[in-house]
Amino acid sequence: MTPENLVFLAAIIFVIGAIGVMTRRNALVAFLSIEMMLNAANLVMVSFAMGRGGLDGQVAAFFVMVVAAAEVVVGLSIIMIIFRTRRSTSVDTASLLKL
Amino acid sequence: MALLEIASPTFEWLELAPVLLVLAGGCLGVLVEALFPRAWRFTAQVAVIELTVLAAFVVLVANYRAHRSGILAMGSIALDGPTYIMWGSLLIFGLLGMLVFSERHLDNGASVFTPAASSIPGSVHEAEALTARLEHSEVFPLALFSLAGMMVFLAATDLLTMFVGLEVMSLPLYLLSAMARRRRLLSQEAALKYFLLGAFSSAFFLFGMALLYGYAGSFDLKAIDAAITSPYYGPGLLYVGLAMLAIGMLFKIGVVPFHNWVPDVYVGAPTPVTGFMAVCTKLAAVGATARVFFVALGAERWSWQPTMAVLAVLTMALGAILALTQTDIKRMLAYSSIAHAGFLLTAIVGANADPGVQVNSMGSIMFYLIAYGFATIAAFAIITMVRNSAGEVTAISGWAGLGRKSPILAGIFAFLMLSFAGIPLTGGFIGKWAVFSAAWRGGFPWLVVAAIAFSLIAAYFYLRVIVVMFFAEPAQSVVVGRASGMTWVPVVLGVVASVYLGLFPGQLLDLVSASSVFLR
Repeated sequence: MTPENLVFLAAIIFVIGAIGVMTRRNALVAFLSIEMMLNAANLVMVSFAMGRGGLDGQVAAFFVMVVAAAEVVVGLSIIMIIFRTRRSTSVDTASLLKL
Repeated sequence: MALLEIASPTFEWLELAPVLLVLAGGCLGVLVEALFPRAWRFTAQVAVIELTVLAAFVVLVANYRAHRSGILAMGSIALDGPTYIMWGSLLIFGLLGMLVFSERHLDNGASVFTPAASSIPGSVHEAEALTARLEHSEVFPLALFSLAGMMVFLAATDLLTMFVGLEVMSLPLYLLSAMARRRRLLSQEAALKYFLLGAFSSAFFLFGMALLYGYAGSFDLKAIDAAITSPYYGPGLLYVGLAMLAIGMLFKIGVVPFHNWVPDVYVGAPTPVTGFMAVCTKLAAVGATARVFFVALGAERWSWQPTMAVLAVLTMALGAILALTQTDIKRMLAYSSIAHAGFLLTAIVGANADPGVQVNSMGSIMFYLIAYGFATIAAFAIITMVRNSAGEVTAISGWAGLGRKSPILAGIFAFLMLSFAGIPLTGGFIGKWAVFSAAWRGGFPWLVVAAIAFSLIAAYFYLRVIVVMFFAEPAQSVVVGRASGMTWVPVVLGVVASVYLGLFPGQLLDLVSASSVFLR
């Protein structure tokens, strides 16, 4: 697979993730979709590192993984407390704050 | 053998000391949490934040006086004029914001943060934590980490460092917003929205960054600038990457159409956190946006300026018009902060980088942010003081007749509203004049005309608050709480600075214009 094709694949994964965030009502699934978008970006960086012949992109992918892990810690704790309070992780029930 | 060929990286400890000190302060705070007996923790944490931020500020000033500058840490952080000014103001605003965190006189010896964030609101667990008078003094290290993230974010010269800074800045803020003592359901909901939307936007930032990496073959802002003049791939990669990166950054500033989180999070988060967030996050995000767009994408400005101009108009319009309809003071200030984001964007659109001109884009942006920062910190500190038996009163109707209950407080708040509105002789007026003239010189007179129209609309809702405070019958059961110096210091400093910047803007204007050139 050429780097260009990998970038197209990553773009497809990113779009699937973005659609997931916007359409799924479960906060956990929405969060999962966000992680998918981050990984799509990782794939882009790694494939460009292959195509352009540098190591920067591959190193950056590790940084992104670490950041994503930290994000999971914070995100799951927020989703957990919401679930314990409301017995639901649906983003629709969280509607006390209105425009 | 290959390992021997790797040169050891250089790291400028002294120049980077302000960031390192803030990070070390955060780590020290974690240790305090682990080692100190519960009764001393809160006081110890306050001492840690005050000492670390002051030490960082002293080192920063010493570095400035010794004219130390350059691209540091193997080309990932730039210590230049804008970095100096914005690090300095971040440290000041961060300290003032964290002082308000430590106020415990308003609520019978308890802080504004929940005694047990993991407890279910209204549960036995929460009640036990309340009787045991537990406190989450972890909020101070969290705020320090966030502050360090902001400092890295706005000074980063490569996109990867910028991304890490962005996340270090945001993650503690998500947690801080969830920790209100009163109205915890709202607070948790705000945190969920902030987190999901924030993570969504940083995914866009990351994907845009990956595409720009592909376009330039490097994360370095300078390399992206070089790639624009001699490209390897076609411009499609650049345009998509630029747009997605912009989405991630404009979200943090709160620009329409990425502003949805702002009102909800500002209302739901504990008020001191809202003040901290409103000033410091905006400052860092605007600084980083300006750096990316001026340094990396400056050669491509003909393609982003028109879009950004349209977004600026939309932001000002939506912020000013929706603020008119608000009945909650925090929500009104949230929409006003969206409108201010629009005013700031006009100077970025102007992209007038001529250092010879008295007010260029970056100088005017920094002046505006400093004037807005002092007024905002003070305004949110005042909101924490207006209370009834259930906590803060944020309904504007509850503020009726405040002028008779506490003329000083109401007078200060009225002055801050005038500064927000941009009435002459306040810091806000000079800030608006500076950003508008930068946009005018940049060749966008129509944008300036629109901005002036929207600031007239915005003046109406600020004046409405003043009218309610002074010319309405006093609301029952609302009192002005007796706050300690922790709240009064930011209020007094904020209002004194707003007056000073309004009457004698010359000194700061000269300083920001002289240090407005980004190092490449």
